[in-house]
Amino acid sequence: MKPRLGFFDFTGCEGCQLEVINFEIELVELLELVDIVNFREAMTEKGEDYEIAFIDGAITTESDISRIKEIREQAKIVVAMGACASLGGVNCLKNFRPMEENLKIVYGDCAGYYNTIPARPVSAVVPVEYELPGCPMNRYEFLKLAKALLLGKKFELPNYPVCVECKMVGNVCVFDKGGFCLGPVTRAGCSAICVTTGRHCWGCRGLVDDPNVNSEKEILQKHGLTVDDILNQFRIFNGYLEVSK
Amino acid sequence: MTQLNINVHHVTRVEGHGNITVNAKDGKIEEITWEIPESPRFFEAMLRGLNYEDVTWLAPRICGICSVAHSTAAIQATEAAFGVQPSEQTMLLRKLLYHAETLQSHVLHFYFLAAPDFLGVGSVFPLINTHKEVVLRALRLKKLANDLADLLAGRKTHPTSCVVGGFVKFPETSQLGTMRQRLSEAMDDLKETVKLFKGLNVPDFIRPTEYIALKDPKEYAFISGDISSTDTGIAPITDYLEMTNEFCVPQSTAKFSRHARDSYMVGALARFNNNYSQLLPEAQKAAGELGLKAVCDNPYMISIAQIVESIHAVEDSLRLIDQIVARGLKEEKPEVKVRAGRGVGAVEAPRGILFHDYTYDDKGVLTEANCVIPTNQNHNNIQKDMESLVPSIINKTQDDITLMLEMLVRAYDPCISCSTHFLEVRFV
Repeated sequence: MKPRLGFFDFTGCEGCQLEVINFEIELVELLELVDIVNFREAMTEKGEDYEIAFIDGAITTESDISRIKEIREQAKIVVAMGACASLGGVNCLKNFRPMEENLKIVYGDCAGYYNTIPARPVSAVVPVEYELPGCPMNRYEFLKLAKALLLGKKFELPNYPVCVECKMVGNVCVFDKGGFCLGPVTRAGCSAICVTTGRHCWGCRGLVDDPNVNSEKEILQKHGLTVDDILNQFRIFNGYLEVSK
Repeated sequence: MTQLNINVHHVTRVEGHGNITVNAKDGKIEEITWEIPESPRFFEAMLRGLNYEDVTWLAPRICGICSVAHSTAAIQATEAAFGVQPSEQTMLLRKLLYHAETLQSHVLHFYFLAAPDFLGVGSVFPLINTHKEVVLRALRLKKLANDLADLLAGRKTHPTSCVVGGFVKFPETSQLGTMRQRLSEAMDDLKETVKLFKGLNVPDFIRPTEYIALKDPKEYAFISGDISSTDTGIAPITDYLEMTNEFCVPQSTAKFSRHARDSYMVGALARFNNNYSQLLPEAQKAAGELGLKAVCDNPYMISIAQIVESIHAVEDSLRLIDQIVARGLKEEKPEVKVRAGRGVGAVEAPRGILFHDYTYDDKGVLTEANCVIPTNQNHNNIQKDMESLVPSIINKTQDDITLMLEMLVRAYDPCISCSTHFLEVRFV
């Protein structure tokens, strides 16, 4: 029997689900090997007999919490797709203000009608087997994980910083161009796409294990930047690390 | 007498979550509601305190499907605030990038989200066995659109290389040439698409409404021009608040929009109804073949207008590439001088007119943001359509009525996750 997959969206832009639909022939091939039983964005049928649950988006309401717990009960394997599901992502920027203030800024007089709780990654609520960080997730990394799951093989994220991939593609260092970059402390696996296409790293794949903080500090000092500079930048995708402590 | 108890909890094959409730007793309709139970994201609050580079980096994250639209609106709002005038080359590249997203989003909608209803299946997936050529065609068109966006902006979902003042990476002329060839070949796929949809039975439902879209005297507008209404004519984009008039509905907490009438429509059909005469020849021809004629008051025809626009997008992309190559592509460095001020950016997202309105301080830090999302503007029109449609089909079976209502919602291609990034509805 083919493995049964479910895709579930929480608070996010649904861009990571879109990345799955963005495959061309790989999508057709994948569908020969698995059954997608639940994928609200793409299908009407709603099967509840999924074994692997792919989660997109962060947890930001009380009802999100009960829903993710139900999914966890059903699924043998839970995969967090993208920065929102695996890190909390951009949603956690609101955590730096009291929730009442957020509500007031966005809804004004109607603020009282709405509910929200500080945003958090899936793993803050239920155990998660795999995470595919990135904003959006790298769809080829998704494919790699899918293959590993189908073949019963091990899957691991790269545990070296974006700088390594950046050097491999031959980019000029952003710091050397007078810019600012989170590449030295961010987990690789994106082929350094943002630097390669002319920008810098915003850290959307989260921290590498045991980041070399001293080296980052040294780089900052050398280029006349402060720890505040890095924190302001880091919290765009990784605010959860800062405020959950 | 008819008894109806329709409760579609989370309409499928739309972006985000929406519910339909219809109750009728003894042939009397007691309730028809279109509800939005999506989680709020508070972007307007989150953008505050960020510098303009981070603002324009964050804004595309409002929506994965139309991230280029949000990126462009954010960039253009910021440029307006700073008084930055993008170069002619920048505008050509932006329009080309924009067509890539329009094509990508439209193909996704009419093939993956809308077509399964017409072909009697629950999703595009079973069509791989029964209509493999159709699925491959859709995937091919989507891939072309994604590849074009990748080439111009680093990647389609959350673009990287388009910035305030222009671009930081440029394609090679030879890459544009390859893309031109592929776009030209895609015309065949689009013509097959026209043939396929010509044979499908689009529900016949008419409800005249007001249509609002951008209008540019020079071309079928996507990222330039003024606001145009089929009821009230032209207004500058800085007057957007007078058009959108968001208001609360007593029985629900959803904020809806209205202008000259009870409700108005934005999106492909609204653009078509305002600007049809500016469509390029192949698109005009396709409109004729598909029986789409302005002013069209059938919301089910939105998908058909999207097909027509897809053809226009490809035709115009060919012209734009020719223009870019003929001028000679230069590596222009974006020039930005930060200043305090407020700016409005208006673009036609695939689902309709989108406004970003930013205020910055003299350091380029955002102090206030307001965004009006297309789907929000359509919610009220969807509600009014349902109120008009249900009595006219009340004698059909509950399943048929449900399907008609779901198809109606899908026709609008609502991007609910997008619309509720700013406005949330209490779960009823």
